[in-house]
Amino acid sequence: MGKTLFDKVWDSHSVTTIENGPHVLYIDKHLIHEVTSPQAFKELENRGIALFRPKQIVATADHNTPTKNQHLPIKDLQSRNQLEQLAKNCTKNNIELYGLGHKYNGIIHVIAPELGMTQPGMTIVCGDSHTSTHGAFGSIAFGIGTSQVAQVFASQSLILERPKTMRVSVNGKLAKGVLAKDVILYIIAKLGTNSGTGYFIEYAGNVFEDMTMESRMTVCNMSIEMGARGGMIAPDKTTFDYIKGRKFAPKGDAFTKKVTYWKSLKTDSDAIFDASYEFDASDIEPMITYGTNPGMGIKITEKIPSEESESLEKSLKYMGFKKGTSLINQPINYVFIGSCTNSRIEDFRIAANYIKGKQKAKNVNALIVPGSQLVAKQIVEEGLQTVFEEAGFELRQPGCSACLAMNDDKIPEGEYCVSTSNRNFEGRQGQGARTLLASPLVAASVAISGKIIDITKNF
Amino acid sequence: MAKFTKITSTAVPLAIQNIDTDQVIPARFLKATNREGFGENLFRDWRFNKNGLVNHDFILNNKNYCGEILIAGSNFGCGSSREHAAWAVHDYGFKVVISSFFADIFKGNALNNGILPVQISEEFLQILLKTTKEKPQTILSVDLENQTLTLEETGLSEKFDIDPYKKLCFQNGYDDIDYLISIKDKIEAYETTNR
Ligand code: SF4
Repeated sequence: MGKTLFDKVWDSHSVTTIENGPHVLYIDKHLIHEVTSPQAFKELENRGIALFRPKQIVATADHNTPTKNQHLPIKDLQSRNQLEQLAKNCTKNNIELYGLGHKYNGIIHVIAPELGMTQPGMTIVCGDSHTSTHGAFGSIAFGIGTSQVAQVFASQSLILERPKTMRVSVNGKLAKGVLAKDVILYIIAKLGTNSGTGYFIEYAGNVFEDMTMESRMTVCNMSIEMGARGGMIAPDKTTFDYIKGRKFAPKGDAFTKKVTYWKSLKTDSDAIFDASYEFDASDIEPMITYGTNPGMGIKITEKIPSEESESLEKSLKYMGFKKGTSLINQPINYVFIGSCTNSRIEDFRIAANYIKGKQKAKNVNALIVPGSQLVAKQIVEEGLQTVFEEAGFELRQPGCSACLAMNDDKIPEGEYCVSTSNRNFEGRQGQGARTLLASPLVAASVAISGKIIDITKNF
Repeated sequence: MAKFTKITSTAVPLAIQNIDTDQVIPARFLKATNREGFGENLFRDWRFNKNGLVNHDFILNNKNYCGEILIAGSNFGCGSSREHAAWAVHDYGFKVVISSFFADIFKGNALNNGILPVQISEEFLQILLKTTKEKPQTILSVDLENQTLTLEETGLSEKFDIDPYKKLCFQNGYDDIDYLISIKDKIEAYETTNR
């Protein structure tokens, strides 16, 4: 029997199997940030263990960082303390840190790919559930808890049960204005928030093959919102071209050799998945969520479901929406374009392209937060900054920002925010904040209109 | 990690589905750099309303309900990988969480922190939620050796699964780091041939 892409990468990283039990998986790259690492460093210190392979770790500060005046000392003392601890821990243990102010600083899932650290066939972990993003390159990438961060520190390995495999295929032609974000919101809405639990997903079909790396990352990023540890897309020419020439990419002959290997990372035609789903691209439209988990999404032109369900009622009560109603014309006061789902250059180009020559609605606060310093730089170089500023949008410095509102970028209680991030949980963007997830295009259209509009009419 | 064999206790029923870790512990409490003290903010925004007043409708604020066991609706612990959620559950005093379905990462985090995630059928879960809600003094017992969860009063019982390796870890009070360190030579051998 043939192997899936997942099997190939997993098997090549298997150190050993515990009798009747889990596997020991070798980890190539370990990404860390300020929030989920301090306790792991402490754990090793308490046990008197040295870090095993510090050269395979890269650190950034992203969750807690302010998006304004990053050159000044951080006002929030606890946040500042977390960043200081991270810096200390990295210096002490010889870990490369792209901290606040560094030219490579940014959201961990944006910087690792753009620096060429993320490569096909790797195993990559981070104490953050959206590590699934890196699967876009055909790597096994997943989020871990802090105890596991400590395990990787100690041994560069993890004890894991082998996940099952699932394939989600989307074939056909996407309509104009339908972006990667819509595709993944559609899949999650169809399959549900726990459909992927216990699985690793492979996204297959021409829709993903035709996507840019940025779009593939948007898709894989949200795999966790189905409960899946990770999602993968087989590497191809788009992948190799993206990696080539980036800072940590292999160079010259080494690159050519790698590409030969990377080309082998494809699911064999006779491989069998534990579960399989297929969707037709032409059924997908711009999406938006109405509830308090990412599975509660509808096509922007559809009505909120009206079935009898306690959890639906609880969600709608929080959101202030009614069953069976349409979201079109719903006034919105906040728009956030950012987060590891949609803060790459492509996302800002799409938004800017829509916004150009228009003005944001008076009632809207529109926040643009690039995923990294490099993206921020590119925004300026491509003249997008002018577009945003002329339209009345506020362009900030890189970080997680309003995606989880650990810094000052919070949405006030009761307010609606159309956000390009990945989670619409209660209080995610601030206590009492109401989040509607959407693509950068939908978000841009809302910022201009001050309300949700039927963007499909524009095409 | 403390050794775990059997727990007999009353339980707190939390009949809500898809409880994500942002609800278990909101992000604004993730700024601490140690593992202790998170229990105070467990389910913070459900226990207290915005101006800090106690929400008396929330079950954790009802003194009749207490114990070392938390019973929650299906898909408990979805969302963020923050282990702070497991720390908060543990720090508050829960040693067992019962549900009909657990999100992957939370389950792993729980197991790494001496919290036993007990996955049972939806049917049994509904019985437990109802019984403990109606009679807060209901006693449940969780027997790790035999992998059973029992409603003491009626003897109604169901088996649960646990990975044999993890079971051994729980029974002996050791963890994954201990094991990984013990096989370092294998890991180094892997590196020599594969990297
Ligand atoms: S942008 Fe949001 S989802 Fe992504 S790593 Fe930061 S907090 Fe997590």
